[in-house]
Amino acid sequence: MSVYAVELRDVVKTFHTPEGGTINAVDHVDMQIRHGEFFSMLGSSGCGKTTSLRMIAGFEWPTSGEVFIDGEPQGHKPPFQRKVNTVFQSYALFQHMTVFQNVAFGLEMDKVPPEEIKRRVGEALAMVKLTGLEKRYPRQLSGGQQQRVALARALVKRPKVLLLDEPLGALDLKLRKEMQLELKTLQREVGITFVFVTHDQEEALSMSDRIAVMSYGKVMQVGTPVEIYERPRNKFVADFIGETNLLDGTVRSVDGNSLTVFVPALNAEVRALHQGAFHAGQEVSLSIRPEKIRLVEKPTECANCFPAQVKQVAYIGADTRVIAQVVQAQLRVWEQNMVSTLDPDAYFQQNEQAWALLPPENLLALPVE
Amino acid sequence: MNPHRRSPFVVVMTVLVFLFLYVPIFVLVLYSFNASRTNVTFEGFITAFGPLQMQGSLVVQSPCGPFHWFCDLTRNQEVMTAARNTLTIAFVSTLISTLIGTMAAIALQRHEFKIKPFAQLSLYIPIVIPEIVMGIGILTLFSQVFTWVNTTFNLPPDLRLTLGMGTVIVSHIAFSVPFVTLVVQARLQGFDPSYEEAAMDLGANELVTFWRVTLPMLLPGVLSGALLAFTLSLDDFVITFFTTGPGATTLPIYVYGLLRRIITPQVNALSTVWILIVLAAVFLIQRLENRERA
Repeated sequence: MSVYAVELRDVVKTFHTPEGGTINAVDHVDMQIRHGEFFSMLGSSGCGKTTSLRMIAGFEWPTSGEVFIDGEPQGHKPPFQRKVNTVFQSYALFQHMTVFQNVAFGLEMDKVPPEEIKRRVGEALAMVKLTGLEKRYPRQLSGGQQQRVALARALVKRPKVLLLDEPLGALDLKLRKEMQLELKTLQREVGITFVFVTHDQEEALSMSDRIAVMSYGKVMQVGTPVEIYERPRNKFVADFIGETNLLDGTVRSVDGNSLTVFVPALNAEVRALHQGAFHAGQEVSLSIRPEKIRLVEKPTECANCFPAQVKQVAYIGADTRVIAQVVQAQLRVWEQNMVSTLDPDAYFQQNEQAWALLPPENLLALPVE
Repeated sequence: MNPHRRSPFVVVMTVLVFLFLYVPIFVLVLYSFNASRTNVTFEGFITAFGPLQMQGSLVVQSPCGPFHWFCDLTRNQEVMTAARNTLTIAFVSTLISTLIGTMAAIALQRHEFKIKPFAQLSLYIPIVIPEIVMGIGILTLFSQVFTWVNTTFNLPPDLRLTLGMGTVIVSHIAFSVPFVTLVVQARLQGFDPSYEEAAMDLGANELVTFWRVTLPMLLPGVLSGALLAFTLSLDDFVITFFTTGPGATTLPIYVYGLLRRIITPQVNALSTVWILIVLAAVFLIQRLENRERA
């Protein structure tokens, strides 16, 4: 067994545009996916995530670079010779075949004996809770059921890697949440490597062991959900995952893990965390998440605290979302509603004066591209 | 005023259109039960069963009762031969044109090649040009080629190429292929490529994918194309008229011959049977299309 279930080494995929130009849908991508991992590729449409998946499946071949599955270079191998299976966004269930025939198709292709096909299809359908629907046709099933058939059809072949192309995209919100949980449980049970493509960051964060954030054909960061959210590597990831406030500034001094940055918008020097190499005089962006800024009436201790004026308030239940004018910067601040009360004084009001606390450990310095 | 109220004009027009379309067919069917053999006026149904009895030009009694002319038809050797020819031609030309048309549709839909725009356009030409032009064209082609082959190879009389079943079948294939191609192409247009990708993903090679997935999913389109070709072939008069030869008389040609002599209710009976066959084909096409939509 090789180190990685799937590896992309310097993979490029070039497409021709209708105008006669070319575009790199996937642009020098390196990616290592470990055995048994739930790995997500996350990005908006056109970021190259689906093209990457299709190159692993064998529906597309890289223009340059190489795709490895279980250590073996795939070259121009057709899909039917690869040890991976795919769950399609449209499910692509064969409309002229019953549920049983759909799930049995892949085993028939492998010349599995009929009794074994029967047993394994039964097991696969039990696994996705569709026992008893063997004789139905796809059009007689609900969207969620069709999704499960697609899943069973791919898993019944016991692939090394299961590729999932936005499989939950067509389901309604409630069903999607249910299926997210189920998929994650299923993945743990079968222990197969899942490569999951999605544009839904909440989906990626809640299900994945690791996530590759992609943009314009490039991998912006690979990491665990916590790493991606708490320690983004660059402005793109900080801004794309969740919400954040970005403040531009200049590094004054570097001291171990922290640095001092002059921020013109605050007209002050602030202390911030950093990862990577920075030097004095360098331009940086400081990122701080809205829920990590504290808004208080009177500061008790004052590291990075600034006078603030409440500009806009939106009460949304779990928290109150405030836009605060902090010196010359407008910052988004989310205050969690910890106490249940109807007293209006417990919540911030428009035009109220307060202090904004930007704790240094919550301020992350990022390089400016 | 109710905006959904139907204007009387629309109602009258609709009724007139239907009358115009179906009254002739109704009359034609009615006359196939006529007691009068001259078939000029409707003299009532033949009501009595029994040995054939005539009274002047009126049939009073027949072993088949009102279906006298239908029974009469089956005893007519010429009609039976013509019917057999027509069906043979229709079956063979449908089979071949469906095969060619389906392959053409797949090629036009899937692949890019230099003459593609021309090939696509050329499909419409046999549909839009007058049948008589196509008939004369095909006849000219056959006679030129046959004369050349027969004289060049100095073939003995019994081996010479002549007009007959073969030439009619070839000409029917020629005008059916575009119809089949267009119908199958329409079906392919909405065909999601992920079905084929899914089949290959599950281990099927290109050939197995085509037989197990692509073709079965295209089948309704292929079948309605085939039925269209079949009815076109059954109906055809003009092109057949030019390309037929001895021993290859089809029903339309035979009926035309009869009409030039005398119109007997036998012709009507023949037409009635024919209408029923075509109706059945149309009904089948409808069923196929509806089943798809369900």
